[in-house]
Amino acid sequence: MNNGTPILSTDELRMHFPVKGGVFQRAVAACKAVDGVSLTIEPGETLGLVGESGCGKSTLGKTIARLYEPTSGGIAFEGNELAGLSRRQLKPFRREIQMIFQDPYESLNPRHTVGAIVEEPFVIHKMGSRSERRQWVAELLAKVGLPESAAQRYPFEFSGGQRQRIGIARAIALKPRLLICDEPVSALDVSIQSQVLNLLMELQREMGLSYLFISHDLAVVKHISDRIAVMYLGRIVELAPAEEIYNNPVHAYTKALISAIPVPDPTHVPDRVILEGDVPTPIDPPDGCRFAPRSGAEHAPEMLTTLAPFKEISPGHWVEACPVCTGR
Amino acid sequence: MAELDSDILLRVSDLTTAFDTDAGQLTAVDGVSFDVRRGRTLGIVGESGCGKSVTAMSIMRLLPQPMGKILDGEVLFDGRNLATIPAEDMRSIRGNRISMIFQEPMTALNPVHRIGKQICEGLTQHNELSPDEAWQKAVEMLEKVGIPSPEIRATEYPHQLSGGMRQRVVIAIALACGPELVIADEPTTALDVTIQAQILQLINNLQRDLGMSVMLITHDLGVIAETCDEVCVMYAGRVVERAPVREIFANPRHAYTQGLLNSIPRLDGIPKTELNIIDGMVPALSELKPGCRFASRSGREHEPELLVERQPLNEITPGHWVEACPVCTRG
Ligand SMILES: Nc1ncnc2c1ncn2[C@@H]1O[C@H](COP(=O)(O)OP(=O)(O)O)[C@@H](O)[C@H]1O
Ligand SMILES: Nc1ncnc2c1ncn2[C@@H]1O[C@H](COP(=O)(O)OP(=O)(O)O)[C@@H](O)[C@H]1O
Ligand code: SF4
Ligand code: SF4
Ligand SMILES: [Mg+2]
Ligand SMILES: [Mg+2]
Repeated sequence: MNNGTPILSTDELRMHFPVKGGVFQRAVAACKAVDGVSLTIEPGETLGLVGESGCGKSTLGKTIARLYEPTSGGIAFEGNELAGLSRRQLKPFRREIQMIFQDPYESLNPRHTVGAIVEEPFVIHKMGSRSERRQWVAELLAKVGLPESAAQRYPFEFSGGQRQRIGIARAIALKPRLLICDEPVSALDVSIQSQVLNLLMELQREMGLSYLFISHDLAVVKHISDRIAVMYLGRIVELAPAEEIYNNPVHAYTKALISAIPVPDPTHVPDRVILEGDVPTPIDPPDGCRFAPRSGAEHAPEMLTTLAPFKEISPGHWVEACPVCTGR
Repeated sequence: MAELDSDILLRVSDLTTAFDTDAGQLTAVDGVSFDVRRGRTLGIVGESGCGKSVTAMSIMRLLPQPMGKILDGEVLFDGRNLATIPAEDMRSIRGNRISMIFQEPMTALNPVHRIGKQICEGLTQHNELSPDEAWQKAVEMLEKVGIPSPEIRATEYPHQLSGGMRQRVVIAIALACGPELVIADEPTTALDVTIQAQILQLINNLQRDLGMSVMLITHDLGVIAETCDEVCVMYAGRVVERAPVREIFANPRHAYTQGLLNSIPRLDGIPKTELNIIDGMVPALSELKPGCRFASRSGREHEPELLVERQPLNEITPGHWVEACPVCTRG
């Protein structure tokens, strides 16, 4: 891919939440939502992030966007370490990393006009005169495919797809380098979903944006991503170019996840691995392979106590798995 | 009333349902017709707001009162029109011969009652069973839907279960009385694909074992392809096309069906290429016109008169129906 500096890299990133209990509501355990994630995102690249609900995708996204202070580990933006920086030191980086969410409605102030919402980042960063900001807002609305008149209206007057466009307009206002997209099309109908995906791909080409694209819809992720990371209980278990991960999944979890996708073709005969039981919680996960207890395979006890190394098994294809899964 | 072909369990014809609102009476389901065959699965697909749930609620006579009304049409089940039978007769059918599974299991479960008790309620309401027999049957149902340690689970409350387990409980309740028809309204939409695969397999196995019919509402064309025998495609309150599942995927005729099938990202598609879209948005109920409601989004050239009148329903090949003008009908 690119041999220069990645836009973003994380190093053994951890985000643990205290689980409180007892009469005094003391921390009795840790919810290890993100538990040692190392990855990179290259300039202009889309890294897809998939996994079942609760595996830590949103927490990873928010930690990278520095909405959370990580428990440990590093986050570097174009080689500059962000972990441990003060609020003031962080400020110049804040505008470089923006987020869009599944339900833009929740992140759009219902009492503000769309114009005020899209203008807000400029106001916060004290940029431009009033009339310049108006002009920028008009340009942003046009860029995301909304009419100029949208500026005078309120979020509730728009459909889900249009609200997502408003969220995107605000997120790209300050010309960020990296956009964390957390399930941005999950709540939309298919026809509207493809409109928003096209918009994101177009903005990426035009502005050279990088995306961390989080979704539980694997067909969507496959379409929009250059590489895909598969997350399970706080860890990345497999990472590979998009085509490779679908054609040659190696980890038992990746295989199960891909095989569960219903294919919109009635002549297709599914060859399905049905996982037993539920998505577990990341409180007290096993020390070793976190998927072993659910994989249905017989395991040597040491696999539950020691983690396999994250290994590159073919160019660009990384797996954290013991020899049973990697087949060698 | 016409006699039904013995193969057909439920026939919905010209069903029309409206709501009284501040903006006047709005028609949410506008002359919808389809059949559910015995032992088969009928899929209903369409974007949000197209009337899928209102169709289900009309069949079940669970429309919100007093706003919701069936204005016209028939729901024929076992020789009777469910749209007009007395409420009391409907109560003895609902949850017994026809039952329903909703998207959000918590809305169907009572948070303050033990799971076992909730399954028993349906059982004792429709059958003469002693409390002990009912409890035994409830535990059996939990086992049948794949809940581990069913005796213990029966004594627990809904909040103690995961989303996937709750949906299994809802299925246990729906199936406890051995219904002939199950209406499942987006039963897996809130679940992860891995859990969805479990639930769909479960519904499939139970259907095979118990011989029931299923009406499956979903917006997921993958789920439709995998589980349904026949498909109805709804748009803006109407069924625009219905056909056997292979036929609808291989030979879609209506511009809407084609648009829907073309716009989904596919695993075997070329990554990072522009996706096909359907321009514009679904019209609001208050803006609906009698003519073809998809015309303005279809990207086709239209003569103005097509938009004025409702288009005819044509059977283009056996079992394949399209409600369209000649442009779409010819394909
Ligand atoms: N602010 C928080 N406080 C405590 N626990 C949290 C918080 N946010 C997320 N979690 C927990 O962290 C785990 C991962 O959650 P999340 O990142 O939202 O997963 P995903 O986005 O993959 O569904 C879950 O067990 C969740 O309950
Ligand atoms: N209680 C109600 N009052 C007024 N309109 C309603 C009511 N319930 C549903 N509708 C309208 O009926 C239409 C069809 O809704 P629904 O059947 O829920 O769609 P879906 O296909 O998403 O299940 C929508 O436009 C919806 O807004
Ligand atoms: S075989 Fe190894 S890597 Fe695969 S699930 Fe089991 S312990 Fe994990
Ligand atoms: S061609 Fe006819 S049926 Fe098809 S979208 Fe246009 S008006 Fe509707
Ligand atoms: Mg999330
Ligand atoms: Mg619905």
